[in-house]
Amino acid sequence: MAETTHTEFTPDTAPDGEVTDLGDLDEKARLGAPAGAVDSSSAIDGFTEEGESLSSGDTGSEQLGLKKHSHGNAPVIPEASRGERRRSFDIADFPTLTGLEEDWRFTPLKRLRGLHTEALSASAPAVEVTGAGNVTVETVGRDDVRLGASATPEDRVSAAAWNAFGDATVITVPQETVADGEVMVSVRGTHAEASAQHILIDAKAFSKAVVVLDHQGSATLAQNVEIVVGDGAELTVVSVQEWDDDAVHVSSQQAKVGRDARYKHVVVSLGGDLVRLTPSSILTAPGAEVEMYGLYFADAGQHLEQRLLVDHAVPNCKSRVTYKGALQGADAHTVWVGDVLIRKAAEGTDTYETNRNLILTDGARSDSVPNLEIETGLIEGAGHASATGRFDDEHLFYLMARGIPEKAARRLVVRGFLTEVIQQIKVPALEERLSESVERELAAGNL
Amino acid sequence: MSTLEIKDLHVSIDTEQGNVPILKGVTLTINTGETHAIMGPNGSGKSTLASTIAGHPRYTVDSGSITLDGEDVLSMSVDERARAGLFLAMQYPVEVPGVTMTNFLRTAKTALDGEAPSLRHWTKDVKTAMAQLRIDADFAQRNVNEGFSGGEKKRVEILQLELFRPKFAILDETDSGLDVDALKVVSEGVNREHSKGEMGTLLITHYTRILRYIKPDFVHVFVAGRIAEQGGPELADQLEAEGYDRFTAQTPVEA
Ligand SMILES: Nc1ncnc2c1ncn2[C@@H]1O[C@H](COP(=O)(O)OP(=O)(O)OP(=O)(O)O)[C@@H](O)[C@H]1O
Ligand SMILES: [Mg+2]
Repeated sequence: MAETTHTEFTPDTAPDGEVTDLGDLDEKARLGAPAGAVDSSSAIDGFTEEGESLSSGDTGSEQLGLKKHSHGNAPVIPEASRGERRRSFDIADFPTLTGLEEDWRFTPLKRLRGLHTEALSASAPAVEVTGAGNVTVETVGRDDVRLGASATPEDRVSAAAWNAFGDATVITVPQETVADGEVMVSVRGTHAEASAQHILIDAKAFSKAVVVLDHQGSATLAQNVEIVVGDGAELTVVSVQEWDDDAVHVSSQQAKVGRDARYKHVVVSLGGDLVRLTPSSILTAPGAEVEMYGLYFADAGQHLEQRLLVDHAVPNCKSRVTYKGALQGADAHTVWVGDVLIRKAAEGTDTYETNRNLILTDGARSDSVPNLEIETGLIEGAGHASATGRFDDEHLFYLMARGIPEKAARRLVVRGFLTEVIQQIKVPALEERLSESVERELAAGNL
Repeated sequence: MSTLEIKDLHVSIDTEQGNVPILKGVTLTINTGETHAIMGPNGSGKSTLASTIAGHPRYTVDSGSITLDGEDVLSMSVDERARAGLFLAMQYPVEVPGVTMTNFLRTAKTALDGEAPSLRHWTKDVKTAMAQLRIDADFAQRNVNEGFSGGEKKRVEILQLELFRPKFAILDETDSGLDVDALKVVSEGVNREHSKGEMGTLLITHYTRILRYIKPDFVHVFVAGRIAEQGGPELADQLEAEGYDRFTAQTPVEA
């Protein structure tokens, strides 16, 4: 492991002397120690792994045992629990960003092009919805009562977007309706002025649909995507970021998941100067299952960040998170933070999250921080894994020594690595397009 | 019949202390059907010779030549050498992230043959070869060498040897890190392929024990970057009895 600093800790705000955390990875992150940061200069060959797997059987005393600790002099403002993060529609509730906040510490604020400081008053990228005929699509005003009913901003940019958007797009999959095709939501930006956008996807009880948000063009966009997965509904939301090189996109994608519902969220971030997604799944009733996938491929200079939250607030839900990233070129930077919160009431929870990164060239940096917070020992299982590998000259030599030409060798590695996530989309045309995009990325990197 | 010919090969590497010569005039000819053992103490340059034949970019050829049936090997890229029929079983096979064994083997076979193998036969060939080398079937779904033990990595190298069927196989200390059973299994793999009569073998080793299973036609003693003595299989027995002292004393190692 490139960074093996282990920062053990005593939770200073644990209620009633109870420990709210297992493992130390989450603490490293919270305390701002250099957890999981791997850059190409320090990464070692192949994959480095860290992770742990917990189950109800071993969440006993040894897991809960407190250890004395010391930690680095991190400037980051710690947060007591992910569950206590401020939520508000009022931008004034979020102090002006300094970059020291736990949830902004990896984001280069200077490159947000004013999303965190400006009025976001320019026209938002055009939204066009095609596909399924039995799904309702509306453009509504800010005063529509459905907006903001299911998701509350969790950060300053999200709150700013909430206060600035003009019309909103509402996509409703009616109750017990199976969408008769994919719902393609094309979001096309045409300029770089800061703007705000709100999209609501409402999958009613026992409905079934796949909704693809396809972001392209040029934009400086603060966006809230509010997602409701009704009881027994089955919803897949795919958010594709294939922006032009100059785009800046900060998007909060919060889903409220109902009883026995199945929710799948897939992030594909390829294009844009800075893309920061905060997808979350709030499990609100028992029996729900959530899968969250992500694929990102950062080129020279790109910053691609994803911060996830799975909030297990109720019993007997299941979640799986799998994010994979590839990086190539000078100053390519990716960030993955996976917060999984198992609240006191969430007995019987079964969760596992994993993030893997592949560094293809020198000069790229990947940060990977899994955070698992567990407030009850009565769970099925909880685990996380984070691994960052580096493709270097020795790997290349090995493959070429078996007759595989250089370009094919690199493609083989990257394709093999990323395919797992692309296959999750299950929209053949889109899968094909994204595979081609990945190939183009490789070609563009002169690999 | 093919011939791999190495003539007066001088090779150096660039280090922080500057350019260091390692091979100092190696001459060696291997024909199809022959097994040559190269034996020598640690640091004598055995892996350097193997890696130079395969085209590892770390090594600079200062003079001399390597030809395969008269074709200039040194002007070929690493992958071209493999496609020309050279195979290096590495001393330390690397773990390749993100690529499953199945995918890797098929891709390599396709590159080597210039066409995809017939899927049905290929799957069967892979399964059979894996079983013969006592490699668990579930290795096929694992990433190349990822998390394999030292011995497992060596078996997987020989698996590739059997599947890719090279004209010349260079085995760099394939025996090191193997217990007796694994040594037998791996040696049988090499012998199976060799017995088809279409391969020449360059067997690099530090110890003589693998020579009980793989019989060399020629033995070359490698010391300080050159061949200090050569002979038949009896030379190996002599080395087993006497060790390398005689040679290292005769030929002081230059830094
Ligand atoms: N990358 C390198 N940097 C510095 N020195 C090197 C490097 N590679 C090889 N050498 C040196 O070159 C010499 C020959 O090394 P080589 O690996 O070819 O020996 P070997 O005969 O294969 O040894 P062993 O039996 O230990 O495998 C040694 O002195 C070694 O230290
Ligand atoms: Mg060696």
